[in-house]
Amino acid sequence: MSEPLSNRMGSYPSRAAPPYAQGSSANLADILERVLDKGIVIAGDIRIDLLDIELLTIKIRLLVASVDKAREMGIDWWEHDPSLSSGARDDRSLAEQNRRLRAELNALRRDRGIPEVDAEPHGTTRRRADQDDDEHE
Amino acid sequence: MTTSTSEPVTYAYAVARAHPDLAPSLTGLVGVSGAPVHLISEGAGEEGGGDVVLVVSPVSAADFGEEGLRRHLEDLDWLEAVARAHHAVVEAVAARTPALPLRLATVYLDDASARGMLRSAVRLFSERLDHLAGQVEWGVKIYVEATAEAAPESAPAADLTPGRAYLSARRRRRNDLEASYRAAQEAADRVGDVARAYATDRAAHRPQQGVLAGDAGENVFNDAFRVPRGRSEAFRAGAAGAGHGLAGVRVEVTGPWAPYSFAVPQEDEGTRGTDDARSAADTAGADGSDGSDGVVRGATP
Repeated sequence: MSEPLSNRMGSYPSRAAPPYAQGSSANLADILERVLDKGIVIAGDIRIDLLDIELLTIKIRLLVASVDKAREMGIDWWEHDPSLSSGARDDRSLAEQNRRLRAELNALRRDRGIPEVDAEPHGTTRRRADQDDDEHE
Repeated sequence: MTTSTSEPVTYAYAVARAHPDLAPSLTGLVGVSGAPVHLISEGAGEEGGGDVVLVVSPVSAADFGEEGLRRHLEDLDWLEAVARAHHAVVEAVAARTPALPLRLATVYLDDASARGMLRSAVRLFSERLDHLAGQVEWGVKIYVEATAEAAPESAPAADLTPGRAYLSARRRRRNDLEASYRAAQEAADRVGDVARAYATDRAAHRPQQGVLAGDAGENVFNDAFRVPRGRSEAFRAGAAGAGHGLAGVRVEVTGPWAPYSFAVPQEDEGTRGTDDARSAADTAGADGSDGSDGVVRGATP
């Protein structure tokens, strides 16, 4: 299968419909990932810290496959750190953070000879503990 | 936004091969901030140069200066408007002549300074333009559809305790998901086959993730392919069919795009595209991958 490259440089049909069909209908996320992340990076005179752009790109990636949808939903997503706005993911990372803190705490306790705390409290034990607390108060 | 009375600055969209139709086609084209679009030429008379132009607009220094940009880039409406305008100009240019898109918000103090940049890199640009002539970019995304709740199929056996029923449903769901990931891998392999047949290069994009994209499924594959114009339709059709017969998988093809993802040679950013490096990159892009590198494993179970 080897079609000739009929459209060599300089031989583009000048009046034909533009061969780029994306136009204004292209998905914004697709456009952003190209204009922010691809293309040639040349230092302009106006230096915008590239890190800012990277950060921006990451934010976009984390947050929305469809930026349009976000806006549609009236979500002011720049205001909220995306890593804090995703419920499920957050629970996990918080739990993980909790676990690590607890482990660290226990290591410290061990060093000082203090009894360790329960490393992985279960939902039920936690509830019981809560109740106990209530009763004590 | 108050526009200062200071001189405008120069916003650059793309480097392009000079073409007689280019300047006329820019007449009436609206760039970022509604600015008119024009060309800056450089290199006339130099060998390898002479016919490379820079596509630019005069824009407000208040909006596109360092501080203005920093402020504006956090504003989604502004960002979208600029991104779409930037993209529209790039497309208009690339529709006429080979073009290298620049990254959003490449701004010079004035046309003279932009011309200086063009002069300093005219040979590189010229080489790259030759390399990309007559080629377009296609995007291919593969989604694993969220079938999680979709198939309760066999109602949980009545004799199971609630706990067992729950576990069994969970297991089934996980199996469905694993099957979907395998199907996505298969689709990715097929895209790889299509690429080997028609594409000349491949660029990985990170999968688009979105907590709000509930209905779109999970994007597990998001690559761009460079395809000669003449094979464009064959590639599109082949890629679009990659999900055929695969359950739980959706394949989305976008394009043709201007060659955003291939404007810079991919593996040799340091050495900047000697012929050897380029053909090596071509080979690697076309068939160096076994098609399995693009799909991420089911990110989080």
